[in-house]
Amino acid sequence: MPTKRGTPLMMYIRATRCDYCGCCVGVCPEDAIELMESRISIIEERCTNCRKCEWACPWKVIEFHREGVEHLPRVQPLFVNSANSK
Amino acid sequence: MIKESYDVIVVGAGPAGCTAGRYAAASGASVLILEKDRDVGYPVRCGEAVSHEGVIQFIEPDSKWIASTVNRFRLIAPNGKSVEPKLDGPGYILERRLFDYALAKVAAAEGAQIITKAYAYDLLRDADGNTCGVKVLMKDEPIEIRARVVIGADGVESRVGRWAGIDTACSIHDMESCAQMTLSGIEVEPDRLDFYFGSSIAPLGYLWVFPKGKNSANVGIGISVEAAKKQSALQYLQQFVEEHFPSAAVLTQISGGVPCAKTNKVLVKNRVMLVGDAGHQVNPTSGGGIISGMIGGMMAGQVAGKAIRHNDFSLLADYETIWHKRLGWRHEIFYSFKEVITQFSDETLNSIADSSQKLPDDKKTLGGIFRVALWNKPSLVLDVMKLFVS
Repeated sequence: MPTKRGTPLMMYIRATRCDYCGCCVGVCPEDAIELMESRISIIEERCTNCRKCEWACPWKVIEFHREGVEHLPRVQPLFVNSANSK
Repeated sequence: MIKESYDVIVVGAGPAGCTAGRYAAASGASVLILEKDRDVGYPVRCGEAVSHEGVIQFIEPDSKWIASTVNRFRLIAPNGKSVEPKLDGPGYILERRLFDYALAKVAAAEGAQIITKAYAYDLLRDADGNTCGVKVLMKDEPIEIRARVVIGADGVESRVGRWAGIDTACSIHDMESCAQMTLSGIEVEPDRLDFYFGSSIAPLGYLWVFPKGKNSANVGIGISVEAAKKQSALQYLQQFVEEHFPSAAVLTQISGGVPCAKTNKVLVKNRVMLVGDAGHQVNPTSGGGIISGMIGGMMAGQVAGKAIRHNDFSLLADYETIWHKRLGWRHEIFYSFKEVITQFSDETLNSIADSSQKLPDDKKTLGGIFRVALWNKPSLVLDVMKLFVS
């Protein structure tokens, strides 16, 4: 899928350590994080690797991997809403 | 049973959402409130402090959900010196999980339906592009529920607004990254709020110790994401707790985020209204958002009810005006205060505490301390002027 990012995804959420508070979602400029009661995932086609979520996380469970996150096991979002115009 | 359609769907059953649902239902609308978690009021991501004056606008104080009544507060400078100004009126430290339940019950009594474990993941739109409902995951089953108005009360995440085309992303400057603990087996003054300031304690924010009785407290911290780049909110909080309450039992440890910004520029678009944290209706100086969110919820609920009665959705825009007139403009002033106060150096904070300690008791008020702060930062005068002329 073509992305605005043009680079590999570099953001990674240590989902098992997440407290599901939503602070990262609140600063995400792309609406690229799906957060359910106890399930969190990055909407890959929207993420621009801007790192704001990483800085915001009070628990520091979001990581930046310059080499990309392809090799890491990831949780996939269940729904991508139709509204994002970006 | 859930119906196929409602007049109003509220996404989020916190204080703002339940209050919006309550007032919409009271004005005759059929209302459904959706909560993504399995329980209303839990988990608690909050300092839990409110003023008596704020609460009584909405609900009679009840000992069931009041952990402490507070009459005093103390501001502690980086060097440990403190001032203890008088509080204008009494306040409460809540048991939020019970308080939110009480608000949900009031909404239910007005006729609002509430359902938990219901995750809204998109909006429905009609042929003209108007919002006409919500897509919801309910018990693993995606369903569509129609509504004439959708109220986004989805907290700090504020995604409902984005789906309607409103930019609700909070800047990293204004977002406060928060960590909070409930501590027990400690000793605190049961009627006093403590606020700690300083670049090594809570950079670009503050740390709070709010009593829940004599032997427990809600202890938390909020720091700007800009400061949290270097060290996490949790690490700052752990350092503080180790130093001040080394033998405490930790009953809760939880994270959170507070949008300490001006109110979102747009609160209404495409038949979607935003209330509470979702609309950035937080006092940017204190980070307090329970009462202001409920006030926003009340206004949105009433306006939605009126728009439905008249079948005229252009009326929804009134909500923005009403909000701005009552609280929005104040929050803009509080925002300027925040911008000044968070830039104070440790030396300035220490000298403000020093000078304030010398104030005679009857002048030891927040206003008195503020006047001392003015000597340190004359540009604050301009912001105060704005308070009186606008």
